[in-house]
Amino acid sequence: MKRTFGSALAGLGATGLLLLPAMALAADDKPKLDTGDTAWMLTSTALVLMMTVPGLALFYGGMVRKKNVLATVMQSFAVTCLVTVLWMVITYSLAFTPGNAFIGGMGRFFLNGMGLDAVNDLAKTIPESVYMTFQMTFAIITPALITGAFAERMKFSALMWFMGLWAIVVYAPIAHWVWGGGFLGDWGVLDYAGGTVVHINAGVAGLVCALVLGKRKGYGTDNMAPHNLVLSVIGASLLWVGWFGFNAGSATAANTNAGMAMAVTQIATAAAALAWMFAEWMTRGKPSVLGIVSGAVAGLVAITPASGFVNPTGALVIGIVAGVVCFWAATSLKKMLGYDDSLDAFGVHGVGGFVGAMLTGVFAVEAIGGEGKKGLIDGNGAQVLTQLWGCLVTMAWCAVATFIILKAIDVAIGLRVTTEEEVEGLDINLHGETVH
Amino acid sequence: MKMVMAIFKPFKLDEVRDALTSLGIQGLTVSEVKGFGRQKGQTEIYRGAEYAVSFLPKVKIEVVIDDGLVERAVEALQKAARTDKIGDGKIFVFPIEQAIRIRTGESGTEAL
Repeated sequence: MKRTFGSALAGLGATGLLLLPAMALAADDKPKLDTGDTAWMLTSTALVLMMTVPGLALFYGGMVRKKNVLATVMQSFAVTCLVTVLWMVITYSLAFTPGNAFIGGMGRFFLNGMGLDAVNDLAKTIPESVYMTFQMTFAIITPALITGAFAERMKFSALMWFMGLWAIVVYAPIAHWVWGGGFLGDWGVLDYAGGTVVHINAGVAGLVCALVLGKRKGYGTDNMAPHNLVLSVIGASLLWVGWFGFNAGSATAANTNAGMAMAVTQIATAAAALAWMFAEWMTRGKPSVLGIVSGAVAGLVAITPASGFVNPTGALVIGIVAGVVCFWAATSLKKMLGYDDSLDAFGVHGVGGFVGAMLTGVFAVEAIGGEGKKGLIDGNGAQVLTQLWGCLVTMAWCAVATFIILKAIDVAIGLRVTTEEEVEGLDINLHGETVH
Repeated sequence: MKMVMAIFKPFKLDEVRDALTSLGIQGLTVSEVKGFGRQKGQTEIYRGAEYAVSFLPKVKIEVVIDDGLVERAVEALQKAARTDKIGDGKIFVFPIEQAIRIRTGESGTEAL
């Protein structure tokens, strides 16, 4: 008698225990965080941060003259710090909280409300703290890329003002338009990891800066050869490895999309590096180290918008095209039009970003990108036009806003160093330091 | 005593050193220098921007020798450093007033 009653009680208890989880879920309806996704996104964040410090810092640093190397790496480092704080204060909110088609809201002003358990609806399986920091690293590298265009002649104070204003007025809105729920995303523009938001944006801003600031003294006559290409190779390599976080991390999950994004990134980069190398070898007689690393970066840039939508064959073509076109843009186009884009921010990032964004419209396939995300080869030629619109809107806003910001700062404090400072070197004049 | 100064192509340094030591010369000073004469430099190209580098790397040696040895030393040096191409370099001979060995205080040709 007792035994039967005991087992009945046990059975009841067991059933009760089984019901508990169901009751708990119903009670607080929390989204389920995925530890795999979270682990990968934590890693990706670190990788993308590394792309700027020290990746980009060294890539650019090696390419300038020795008297300006510290000033150049300072720009990447200082931008990292400045944008971090601005992101925390306001630009994350403006980019990635719901608002309207043009700008986000103030819901996360000072990251208000982003507690331990907070989640952004744009990436439901990871903590918002991770998503916010991940996106921050993109907000950091975009303005840092622009520094390549005005290397060796911009005042540090003007740089800080410029970067601060640009982060708020140009980056945050465009990020919102494409990724944060704004109108470009709604139009169907495909930009997986930032062909428009990061590269076209930085490239066009760079071109505007190069034109507004003017050429370096002695451009075309003086020897402005890179002072240490080994630094540039190290930087380019860090960029390449870090870019896995940039593209595969844009899956915001540890899944098949991330895997394919990593694969196509690798393929496009190598193809572009070889393409630039062979193009240079054939036209100028020698394959250069600067050429092959520049080609790799061009490939990385071009595959960025496409990385979640194309298959390996598409990636191979994108890489080859980017390598050749960016080689032409950084050498011939620049010479033809006569602007001094010191480190080819426009030639590699602007042009490469545009090539990549347009080819995304060609090579996107549903089998990779998911339903509705397809381009020309998958029967949806209209995607090419959509991509073009996305590019043009980005370029227009970026160009106009960048121009206005520059002019305002120029009037207020002046953009450029004096001729004497420029000739003597920025390191000693702006920062009181040299690398002897 | 005379100082023989020679500026010549860096890859010839070992040959020149051997030629001089085989004459009994016991020491010399070497510097890495840059310069140009009638040899034009190389052209470097970085992303399409060409730079004519007019200073070429050279090596300079300075060796102080006893008067009696100078002619043979110069001859040996020229033979060793020569490549018959433009840019081979030059040899200069200076008179030396005095020479002193720091460790012992010896002077004149005994210091050499």
